[in-house]
Amino acid sequence: MSIATDFSAIAKGDRTRPQSSAETVEIAFRNFQFYYGKFHALKNINLEIYKRRVTAFIGPSGCGKSTLLRTLNRMYDLYPEQRAEGELLLDGRNMIDAKVDLNDLRANVGMVFQKPTPFPMSIYDNIAFGVRLHERLSRGRMDERVEWALKKAALWDEVKDKLGQSGMSLSGGQQQRLCIARGIAVRPKVLLLDEPTSALDPISTLRIEELVHDLKKDFTIVMVTHNMQQAARVSDYTAYMYLGELIEFGVTETLFVNPKRRETEDYITGRFG
Amino acid sequence: MQLAAKRKLINQVALTLSLFAMAFGLFWLIWILFTTLQLGVSGLSYTLFTQMTPPPGATSGGLANAIVGSLIMVGLATVIGTPIGIMAGVFLAEYGAGSWLAHATRFINDILLSAPSIVIGLFVYAFYVSQAGNFSGGAGVVALALIVVPVVVRTTENMLLLVPNSLREAAFALGAQHFQVITLVTLKASRAGIMTGVLLAVARIAGETAPLLFTALSNQFWSVDLGKPMANLPVTIFKFAMSPFEDWQRLAWAGVFLITVGVLVLNILARVFFKSETPK
Repeated sequence: MSIATDFSAIAKGDRTRPQSSAETVEIAFRNFQFYYGKFHALKNINLEIYKRRVTAFIGPSGCGKSTLLRTLNRMYDLYPEQRAEGELLLDGRNMIDAKVDLNDLRANVGMVFQKPTPFPMSIYDNIAFGVRLHERLSRGRMDERVEWALKKAALWDEVKDKLGQSGMSLSGGQQQRLCIARGIAVRPKVLLLDEPTSALDPISTLRIEELVHDLKKDFTIVMVTHNMQQAARVSDYTAYMYLGELIEFGVTETLFVNPKRRETEDYITGRFG
Repeated sequence: MQLAAKRKLINQVALTLSLFAMAFGLFWLIWILFTTLQLGVSGLSYTLFTQMTPPPGATSGGLANAIVGSLIMVGLATVIGTPIGIMAGVFLAEYGAGSWLAHATRFINDILLSAPSIVIGLFVYAFYVSQAGNFSGGAGVVALALIVVPVVVRTTENMLLLVPNSLREAAFALGAQHFQVITLVTLKASRAGIMTGVLLAVARIAGETAPLLFTALSNQFWSVDLGKPMANLPVTIFKFAMSPFEDWQRLAWAGVFLITVGVLVLNILARVFFKSETPK
């Protein structure tokens, strides 16, 4: 029996949060394995990620949560010693198949990193960069797209008068929102956030969290976080990982209030980790 | 307390020693610059740029042919050596990584980097000048380009390795191909550093004498033909400074002054140009 359906029974009675039975599956991991050379980093992962929901991966350092996130856009393809086995289904296709066009995959799955990574170019070109890789737009259409992405990322009002300035001239929090705007400008289905606020101050963190809440209307969001409160605040579903295994997955509130597994409880109550 | 006092003392000693070392280095540097300026400025006149290098005892003369020859050879060598150096540096930093080819390339490049320039001059003499049968500006360009390449390879590789990997991943994550990541992001992020490397290379070949002695030789007359011997500042300075003729010596100092100022101006321009782009 799959963990997700198993879980929906427990989630019954929860009216404030979405229930897995009513969800559409965007991505599914089936018997998914991942290796760094000989090291078996992810062991038999079975997990469903739901459309237009925020799913958080939590767990102690080295548990594999970032590794799992980075398989979603096949970032590991850059490193020859890393490989995956099993199934990672998006639109019914196994994305770890060598025949999958990486450009297509990455047009559908955007990513934002731990430290802001603005490119050494203007704010406008930062946003247009990804769009130009996948689409040919007229100048006017591109302007619209840039504005749309910056508005979605709640950055437009701060930068609309200085789109020609270097993206590196922005503050850390603005840079991170610029990176989110850059990611969504390609109009992906899924947005991956790898500890997006760990390099930011509390105010910027709050803004990003609010943003994530807004963005889930349009995008499926998967985020890795070290911060359990953050997972509790922003995610609909949470996956707790430990030593390369998925220990528990479920509706965030239930997982935090009423975890099924002893290991999860130990971690979220701070007895360990 | 005693420990603190001891540390304080060691700190003082180290500081004094390094200050002394700095003063020692600066002393000679300033002396050299001062002499160059003093003797060079006295040789400056507009005829320097209009007249050819004179025979001994002539009443007037300049460095026009040497200046133009140097500009042509340094310019061409930079134009040829820079793209080769940048592409090889890109290979080492972005594609090769741990491959044996990259290790071998890096090793050979390091040898080239530290090879005395006279060796490169002799090499080009053996493989170009003696084959062609005469000294030529083209051979000079080849020799100078061979000096440019390893400097640019090294700086390009180092500067690209300074680009945080997350920037590369961010570009890949948007669906960029490897060459797009390199040309649009990583090279852009490190261009100030790479340009500094190119300028260092230009500064170095601007004053190289040994490789030109075996290749371009020199020319008393105006010639912009790359197939013929070509006048240039370093060899002219070498010839004139060693001569017993006072007007030749004056011209030699003027040549030294021109090279120094040229390199200085190039450096300042580069700094001004790239200042606005360097991230804080």
